[in-house]
Amino acid sequence: MENYIEVRWHGRAQQGVVTAAKLLGEACLISGKYVQAFPEFGPERMGAPVRAYNRISDEPIRLHCQVTEPKYVLIADPTLIGVAGVADGTPKDAVFIVNTTKTAAEMRQALGLANGAGRVYTLDAGKISIETIGRAMPNTPLLGALARVTEIIKLDALIGNFRENYAKKFSDKVIEGNAAAMKRGFEEVKGE
Amino acid sequence: MAIATKGQTGLTGNTAVAYAMKQINPDVFPAYPITPSTAIVEDFAGFVADGAVTSELITVESEHSAMSACIGASAAGARVMTATSAQGLALMWEMLYIASGMRLPIVIANVNRALSAPINIHCDHSDSMGARDSGWIQLYSETVQEAYDNMFMAMRIAEDTNVLLPAMVCFDGFITSHAIENITLVEDADAREFIGQYKPGHSLLNVDNPATYGAMTLQDTYITFKHQQSQAIARAKGVAASVGAEFGKKFGRAYGLFEGYRLEDAEEVIVILNSAAGTTKVAVDELRKQGKKAGVLRPRLFRPFPFEEIAKALSGAKAIACLDRVDSMSGFGGPLFNEVRSALYELDKRPKVMSRIYGLGGRDYKVKDALEVYAELEKTAASGKVETLQKYITL
Repeated sequence: MENYIEVRWHGRAQQGVVTAAKLLGEACLISGKYVQAFPEFGPERMGAPVRAYNRISDEPIRLHCQVTEPKYVLIADPTLIGVAGVADGTPKDAVFIVNTTKTAAEMRQALGLANGAGRVYTLDAGKISIETIGRAMPNTPLLGALARVTEIIKLDALIGNFRENYAKKFSDKVIEGNAAAMKRGFEEVKGE
Repeated sequence: MAIATKGQTGLTGNTAVAYAMKQINPDVFPAYPITPSTAIVEDFAGFVADGAVTSELITVESEHSAMSACIGASAAGARVMTATSAQGLALMWEMLYIASGMRLPIVIANVNRALSAPINIHCDHSDSMGARDSGWIQLYSETVQEAYDNMFMAMRIAEDTNVLLPAMVCFDGFITSHAIENITLVEDADAREFIGQYKPGHSLLNVDNPATYGAMTLQDTYITFKHQQSQAIARAKGVAASVGAEFGKKFGRAYGLFEGYRLEDAEEVIVILNSAAGTTKVAVDELRKQGKKAGVLRPRLFRPFPFEEIAKALSGAKAIACLDRVDSMSGFGGPLFNEVRSALYELDKRPKVMSRIYGLGGRDYKVKDALEVYAELEKTAASGKVETLQKYITL
């Protein structure tokens, strides 16, 4: 099969996971990659579980099916664990990044992962976003954490893309708040 | 919005198509948004509000009215575009025939979505295939890039004086419309040069040369109009081929009437439209590594149907599966199956052909699904017998 990195995002509507997938795709594209970023919509209502996906590759991407065996899983809302199939299809070396106040070891248990299977990381993305952006928006801290624990993307590329391409859409305060959120996500994510 | 690097940008299908419409800058854009094509109308309304286009945006009360406004404006001599999906296209139904019968080169983006009931917002081709006999030219698109490129080509084919027929560009709801992919945009000036200025030969507003549109025709003339329309859509095939080649010369991305993937020596072939063709190509590469002679044929122009060219391209195959993302409810497979199988009838040595219905209402179609079809094709190629002529897959 072709050489793709596949990422799955889990969140609830309005937590920004579709935007997170978009930002990751754009930052990877700027870094010279071929990308896909796409959401999976169900019944649209606030708080409903939402999934979004990325494929990232050095070659043009021809697959147009859902991501069902992602190596990287980001969970914006820990209450989805056990109800939204967050670990479904993940390989043995999967990487999970969870927005939670709990430890990675506790999350490993919640995710039902055997010892030695996968890597689990946590950060309090909700708190980071309230302190940097002014409201609970866990997506950008999660992106920062992803840059720290994987080789997919560099923190500078994430922040650079956001500053450059969203300056027209958002105020300086929002731009710098999100840049700070990415940076703190990068710094504060913890493994086991 | 435009994130550019090495000439590449990351856009969703909807954003890219709206951007093509901005570059085309139609005179009139009647709009009634519907999922999953809503973002096209939203983006275009933004271009109008920002003064980035000079188009007149007409917000109407239904898709029937949207197509009616398209018809009125086009008959008056305007270049006209809009976008829709599913129930929206269905509600335009009556007016689709009027647009084509009046020979109006309207171009619409149809973001493919399943028709109700049961209600569903996701991708299949029941909407555009329902309109396949309405006299519209239909172009299908595998990727965001192709959906964008097709908008310019559709405009050229529709407005060609040997054609003068409306055209719809079809691409997959959510899978293409909502997915960000790498895309290379064309420069505004190059886009304008490619499509050229629209100078209608006749128009309601040309008082020096008054014309009547949609007049009553009875037994004496109706069939003459239809005969001319039939000849015009047949001519659209040659125009589409030359426009696709010209697009390639100008922008480096040439398009034929269909795409063959590893087809030259292929013995087992899947014929499939739009985004799922990409997934099928990945399956073909897997099989080729094992020494199997698998290939894909992806029609781009479905109306008119290039039956001679497709029959020729498939003449060396032993077994073919036509995968339809729609059921014609005829009890005899999907529309692609019926067209392809009929096109092959003239061959002296006919390949075996089977119908497979997949992916209705957005059901995922994966590489493994394609591989299963190829395994069946291999059996049929060996035995010379089709075990199951038609069935649903991805159930």
